[in-house]
Amino acid sequence: MTDASIDTAPAAGGKGSLLGSDARTKKRNAAEKRFRLYGMAAIAIGLFFLLVLFVSIIRSGAPAFTRTVVDVEFTLTQAEFEAAESELFKTKAYSNLFIQKLKSQLDAAGVEAEFDESAIERLLGKVGSTLREFYRANPEQLGQPVDFELAASSRVDGYFKGRVSRDTLQDSRFLQVSDLDLVDRLEEAGVIRQAFNWPFITGADSGVDNPGGAGIGASVVGSFFMMLVVLALSLPIGVAASIYLEEFAPKNRWTDLIEVNISNLAAVPSIVFGILGLAVFIQFMHLPQSAPLVGGLVLTLMTLPTIIISTRASLRAVPPSIRDAALGVGASKMQAVFHHVLPLAMPGILTGTIIGLAQALGETAPLLLIGMVGFVARGYPDGFIAGFTEPNSAMPAQIYTWATRADAGFYEKAWGGIIILLAFLLTMNIIAIILRRRFERRW
Amino acid sequence: MYDAPKTAESTVSQNEIKFDCRDCQVWYGDTHAIKDVNIQIEDNTVTSFIGPSGCGKSTFLRCLNRMNDTIDVARVEGQFLLDGEDIYDRKVDPVQLRAKVGMVFQKPNPFPKSIYDNVAYGPKIHGMAKNKAELDEIVERALRRGAIWDEVKDRLDQPGTGLSGGQQQRLCIARAVATEPEVLLMDEPCSALDPIATALVEELIDELRTRYSVVIVTHSMQQAARVSQKTAFFHLGNLVEFGDTGEIFTNPNDPRTESYITGRIG
Repeated sequence: MTDASIDTAPAAGGKGSLLGSDARTKKRNAAEKRFRLYGMAAIAIGLFFLLVLFVSIIRSGAPAFTRTVVDVEFTLTQAEFEAAESELFKTKAYSNLFIQKLKSQLDAAGVEAEFDESAIERLLGKVGSTLREFYRANPEQLGQPVDFELAASSRVDGYFKGRVSRDTLQDSRFLQVSDLDLVDRLEEAGVIRQAFNWPFITGADSGVDNPGGAGIGASVVGSFFMMLVVLALSLPIGVAASIYLEEFAPKNRWTDLIEVNISNLAAVPSIVFGILGLAVFIQFMHLPQSAPLVGGLVLTLMTLPTIIISTRASLRAVPPSIRDAALGVGASKMQAVFHHVLPLAMPGILTGTIIGLAQALGETAPLLLIGMVGFVARGYPDGFIAGFTEPNSAMPAQIYTWATRADAGFYEKAWGGIIILLAFLLTMNIIAIILRRRFERRW
Repeated sequence: MYDAPKTAESTVSQNEIKFDCRDCQVWYGDTHAIKDVNIQIEDNTVTSFIGPSGCGKSTFLRCLNRMNDTIDVARVEGQFLLDGEDIYDRKVDPVQLRAKVGMVFQKPNPFPKSIYDNVAYGPKIHGMAKNKAELDEIVERALRRGAIWDEVKDRLDQPGTGLSGGQQQRLCIARAVATEPEVLLMDEPCSALDPIATALVEELIDELRTRYSVVIVTHSMQQAARVSQKTAFFHLGNLVEFGDTGEIFTNPNDPRTESYITGRIG
């Protein structure tokens, strides 16, 4: 190394004052400053997109949580009931009674309005049959005042939310301009109002022509059952596989092969797992179609590689000195792993599990193939256990279904569903964080 | 195998052989790490292994309680007789062996649990205590032998990792003696400690000699001279010289030993 002795090379320490910085230092400092600005800009862009996402989700989804209802206090006497039941067109008799009642309610409020039965049907659907079904099911309510909260049709709902206006009314079969005048009168009388949309949260999907009645509740339950299946299967299998591979398995060509395959599985498109589930679970094993059990099995296949990879990483992160210490006092390999290594790796394992579950929760493609999409849920499955094997939908699949439907009413339902999906995810993450804290506290 | 009475008066030369190692070879993959080592380690004696880095002294130490089993590529040959029984025999369970041959590591490695649990772990898994009171007794005895009882007796429920480095190492020694081993292996136990903590540990090693056979690997020749009665000098995987510590340091037979202890190689 003769270069070191060449005295023409500039000395780094140099002469020169410490108070001023030389050109090279300035350049370095500028580069550092630039890099920091890049970093800050990157974070700002990320936050901006997050903000845009949240604002648009909430703005588009919030209307799904309100609905338009008509409040009518209705009393049906025994005599009226019998009279109506003896007529040929029974529901017509009921709706005539309802119209009388509504008119008297408007008169009492001092509002003048003219409407006929067909207008009421455009506004509120088949009121007569609703009333008839209620009184036939609850005859003890006869003669007593009952508060009916009748859901307005989705176009009336759209009128309140600004989706429908007098200019955009096209097909007069569904709603006419005169109906909107009637809605205004009803609002004046305080009969029609906006209420919180509980049926959206607790209800099941409805047909394509009834966006107002569609709810996400059934698919929340479906997703919940699927997550239970995924958790119950993928966590023990994944953790056992990773512990064996990481701590016990000999390092040879076979374990290398397995390792490569696990990494590859994690990158397999989810629709492949879907078609596999269709072929194996439904066509070969004859498990029920559209059931959360099958959905959970398919998602377990998808989640396993994620859990195995993250569990192995967190097992590897436990310092070897802990294993040495345990073996050194005469613990068997299994005792060393279960008493010392696993508790230390637990927070990492939980993080990996929650990432895997979150991924599984948002997965739609494999569910399309096993039929967990579409209008399947007629009310909730009976009982908890049956919920695993009876047809249901899952949240992302339900959102997908709504998004593909033509009626604009479903559009806001899809956004509202996304809000519920995110809330579900957030709840799951919070539980995971609390669990992780508890494990960490036990050092 | 006759049982010699272990009395305090027994002098170094009368000690029975604890470990008898014959023609020991260790390979790491293709690397021949230990070559033809023959050594007899006595009971109630501190034996120190010295030598330059990479000479195989730690490897050999780890053979004595089969910690090399955890390394996939390591291969051990030769006879390691502990009280006349080959520890690499098929019938030997390394778990039982390690309860008999305790180990203290270079870096203090207490479990991230309480001080009490650190010491109680070994006795618990070996079923040495029938009840809590017995376990308490074992823990106290071990901590006293580890010369750390007075410092931690009021905070046994606090994490062992919260102690200072020297205290942690003495806790690890207490943990190792809690299982009542017959041999205590120490792999550079003082390399991460300051001089005061080192002095405490060395004093402790000297006390431990009355009960156990202690084997210590050290980089410090002064330490070897201070604590051990027997010294073995390893170089490039060979056991160059083994004998009384005084002899090795004042009158070495092999020129390599002399070069090492005078600081010319290593």
